[in-house]
Amino acid sequence: MKKPREIPMRADTRFSDARAGFLLILPAAVACVPFALILGAMAAQKGLTPLEIGLMSSLVFAGGSQFVAVDLWTNPAPWLALGFAAFLVNLRFVLMTASLAGKLTHFAEWEKAIIVFFMADENWAVAEKRAAETLLTWPFLLGMIPFFYANWLFWTVLGTAIGEAFENPAAYGFDFAFTALFLGLAMAFWKGSRTGVVMAASAVTAALVSVVVDGAWYVIAGAFAGMAVAVLLPQKQVRAA
Amino acid sequence: MSITLANFLAIVAMAVATYGVRLAGLLIAEHIPQTGRVRAALEALPAAVLTSVVAPMALATGPAETLAAAITVLAAFRLPILAVVAVGVVSVVLLRLAFG
Repeated sequence: MKKPREIPMRADTRFSDARAGFLLILPAAVACVPFALILGAMAAQKGLTPLEIGLMSSLVFAGGSQFVAVDLWTNPAPWLALGFAAFLVNLRFVLMTASLAGKLTHFAEWEKAIIVFFMADENWAVAEKRAAETLLTWPFLLGMIPFFYANWLFWTVLGTAIGEAFENPAAYGFDFAFTALFLGLAMAFWKGSRTGVVMAASAVTAALVSVVVDGAWYVIAGAFAGMAVAVLLPQKQVRAA
Repeated sequence: MSITLANFLAIVAMAVATYGVRLAGLLIAEHIPQTGRVRAALEALPAAVLTSVVAPMALATGPAETLAAAITVLAAFRLPILAVVAVGVVSVVLLRLAFG
């Protein structure tokens, strides 16, 4: 049941769009809180300060890559390896913003450039879903993005500030929370047994390389092994729900 | 409250890389193939990267971690992500006790 929507917006439409944006992102924002706290706690273990995590959350604003970076963080920070790891982990954004671009054709180029800066998995998914139903508007985006952004910033900084209180995270299994989180996130991309083959190839390659080679190269080796297997597998089923 | 130069550089490198891929999607939107090998590789990328990052912990640490990782993956078929993390953490604590 799509309602046609006129482009010049009335004040009540603006308000209801902003409210819709806020309400649609609210569950994801709440679900982010524990992860933000865990990220902050892990960052504190690596000696990162609340200011540094605040800067990272506001400039990078991509939870998955922030977890990877904190896991790989050493002192002094290997900036090239960390930048490359962020590039690899976030390479999926190419597909996401390319898809979203088709729903932002009524925005100016500079507006699109601002909007995609704030696109993370959760609010991107909400924006895509909204765009399938009606036209994306600034009031909708402004109802969603600033709240979601401030929410992530606040809880990651708070997590770092209180994270120094945890003396030994392994004692509570917290060191494994990151592993479980990433396996869970990987499984969210499950598209049948072919995903299982990709994950197995990546896991075995990355584990072997990590034992043999120092540094973060195992991430790159595992990622390429997984992609190579995906390319070599027969390409019959393109998309399964 | 402080920031070191090396950490600042690393954060900027991450930010540039991340905004770079976000912008790249906008710029090449019409040119990304909808089918074929490039598409297959890009679609496999998220799961491949996420799995690779945790592979040393999951496969090269000990039997408790490997078993807990397997339990976590199975849990992910059924449970929401927060519950998956909880199952993983509880499993590893119990299995570490069991394996001493």
